[in-house]
Amino acid sequence: MNRQTADHATLADKFNEDEPRVDWHDQTLWWVRAKRDKMAWSIPEWEQLRETASAIKLNALGNLHDYLVQFEQQAIQNGAIVHWAADAEEHNQIVTGILKKHGVHHLVKSKSMLTEECHLNPHLMANGIEVIDTDLGERIVQLAKEPPSHIVLPCIHKKKEEIGELFHEHLGTPAGNADPQFLTAAARQHLRKEFLQAKAAITGVNFAVAETGEMVVCTNEGNADMGAHLADVHIACMGIEKIIPQRKHLGVFLRLLARSATGQPITTYSSHFRQPRPGQELHIVLVDNGRSRQLGREDFRNSLKCIRCGACMNTCPVYRRSGGHSYHTAVAGPIGAILAPNLDMKDYADLPFASTLCGSCSNVCPVKIDIHQQLYKWRQVLVKEGYTTAAKTAGMKAMSGVLSTPAVYRTAGKMGRWVMRAFPGMVNNRLNPWYKQREMPAPPKQSFSQWYEKNKKS
Amino acid sequence: MKVGLFIPCYIDQFYPQVGIATLQLLQKLGCEVEFPQGQTCCGQPMANSGYEHLTHQCNSLFIKNFADYDYIVGPSGSCVLHIKDHLHDPAAETAATHIRERIYELTEFLTDVLKVEKLTARFPCKVGLHQSCHGQRGLALAQMSELVAAPFSKPEQLLRMVEGVELVPLDRQDECCGFGGTFCVTEEAVSVKMGKDRVADHVKHGAEVITGTDVSCLMHMEGILRRQHAGVKVMHIAEILNQNIHEQANS
Repeated sequence: MNRQTADHATLADKFNEDEPRVDWHDQTLWWVRAKRDKMAWSIPEWEQLRETASAIKLNALGNLHDYLVQFEQQAIQNGAIVHWAADAEEHNQIVTGILKKHGVHHLVKSKSMLTEECHLNPHLMANGIEVIDTDLGERIVQLAKEPPSHIVLPCIHKKKEEIGELFHEHLGTPAGNADPQFLTAAARQHLRKEFLQAKAAITGVNFAVAETGEMVVCTNEGNADMGAHLADVHIACMGIEKIIPQRKHLGVFLRLLARSATGQPITTYSSHFRQPRPGQELHIVLVDNGRSRQLGREDFRNSLKCIRCGACMNTCPVYRRSGGHSYHTAVAGPIGAILAPNLDMKDYADLPFASTLCGSCSNVCPVKIDIHQQLYKWRQVLVKEGYTTAAKTAGMKAMSGVLSTPAVYRTAGKMGRWVMRAFPGMVNNRLNPWYKQREMPAPPKQSFSQWYEKNKKS
Repeated sequence: MKVGLFIPCYIDQFYPQVGIATLQLLQKLGCEVEFPQGQTCCGQPMANSGYEHLTHQCNSLFIKNFADYDYIVGPSGSCVLHIKDHLHDPAAETAATHIRERIYELTEFLTDVLKVEKLTARFPCKVGLHQSCHGQRGLALAQMSELVAAPFSKPEQLLRMVEGVELVPLDRQDECCGFGGTFCVTEEAVSVKMGKDRVADHVKHGAEVITGTDVSCLMHMEGILRRQHAGVKVMHIAEILNQNIHEQANS
């Protein structure tokens, strides 16, 4: 058995030790889901919009090579410097190389899940470069030395009192002050200094337009703009799946993104970056890191349509009750559970099983990824590839044996019900995970088949 | 119309009364119903655990049992969905296709095939309807709260035909109960928490009975309710729809 297989369940078990906190986490995210519903209902053509977005992304993925080449040409024409990274390591090296060339030891970064996926921050730190996350939520988890627990709401697992303590420790705010407005103002002052001093700024990319070579970055805090506009060097890091063919398609995606993510009509800032200002360098790093491989997996390629809205996390009854960190990967929740096994089947073999396959994720997805069906399919792949326990396989084979032969099934059923009636202790004990917090069903004297045999002619 | 009655394994073994109610209800509505002996399981527990490749024999058995019926009806959305999505057999694909196309969950069979508009059942009780996910989102037994689309609910439509049933509203109309097959034991903590929350929503709104189209979800919630000594019962929807003749059946 590999070490990681039980991880989600173990981490979720730990998360559930504090039930009031689970309730709070669940209700907070459900509130976001409810806001999303309200916003979706305000647009009569919502379902058509999702369909359109899904179709545009299908086209983009189906012609990814051509669109990427077109994007590169346009971007170079606009004055940007374009880099290609095959994997996380190459991405990190490219970014570090640019920073070293400019003698940058201190930079600001707006939210980029790609850089989380590539573990850029530890890499920069190891190279003696200090990076300040400027998204408020990301800054909070950075101070706490934790990874984000949610792709849109990185510190959703933290209570305001805990943030007050962190700020007291790191930013010198008064002890015991947990007033969100006060703490936000303190963060603003702290970050302003960072923005003014930073020589370089890294941003993520929400959409890259092949037609124009421009990139769109969506934030609510304007931190991407603050960073990029003040710094001499702007490095935009993006996964290759962020491409959309034309600028007009933004009209579809920008309407869907914030409504799905937080229940806002649109993000406060939808900033278009097309060319560097005079004297500035604009670098664009296009990263594959397994995306081509995923594109080649027919059953899973649709996962690359993801626009990182986080709606599937907010609606997921498992995510809400296990927390983002239980997924032990940069992108948590249902979408993370279908993306992560592509990166490493062994480390993330547990994630596709961290679901009841309820299907709510697929229904909220603004680009209509069949998330729960892909979870089912990943389970089949992971078992076939051997990322499961020998005990589980033996159990399943035994079950299959019993269920394949009616006579064996009948005898086993009779025995089972008899055992449950005669020796309840054999099943009603703490080693039985069902019984820990649930009663077993009361075993009836006869099965339905037995009843039917006796009564069918009456 | 010859109907083959599909009784999933855990109903057969633990909830025979649900099989009885389903059979009697279908007969009462004029169907010629047969229960092919030799049924075991649809194969879903293996498939959802990643072992779909071990379900071939279950599939062959299912096809052998049900190939000759005009309709196949079962009181479980989850098992019916599994058959609809995954029943294949290279040696009998025509029969498998026939079954996939003609298998119905009980309530959709009543509303869509039999087109039931009236029932003579009576059940004076405050009832909470649990929308089981596989039936709701997989078989579209009811509109899903995530979609911007007109509401409907086949189970609710039928419950409203039962005299005395008072359906209670819920805060979260279609949140998953957390059963999830083997998930209920492999992810015990989250599964139980989901179940507790689901049950609490029903209790908060005064439900005396929680009903639904899937016994698996109900079994999970019943286990939690009994541990809590909550006094709230669970009943499969067939038991409520069949209520007026249910007592005769037991005598």
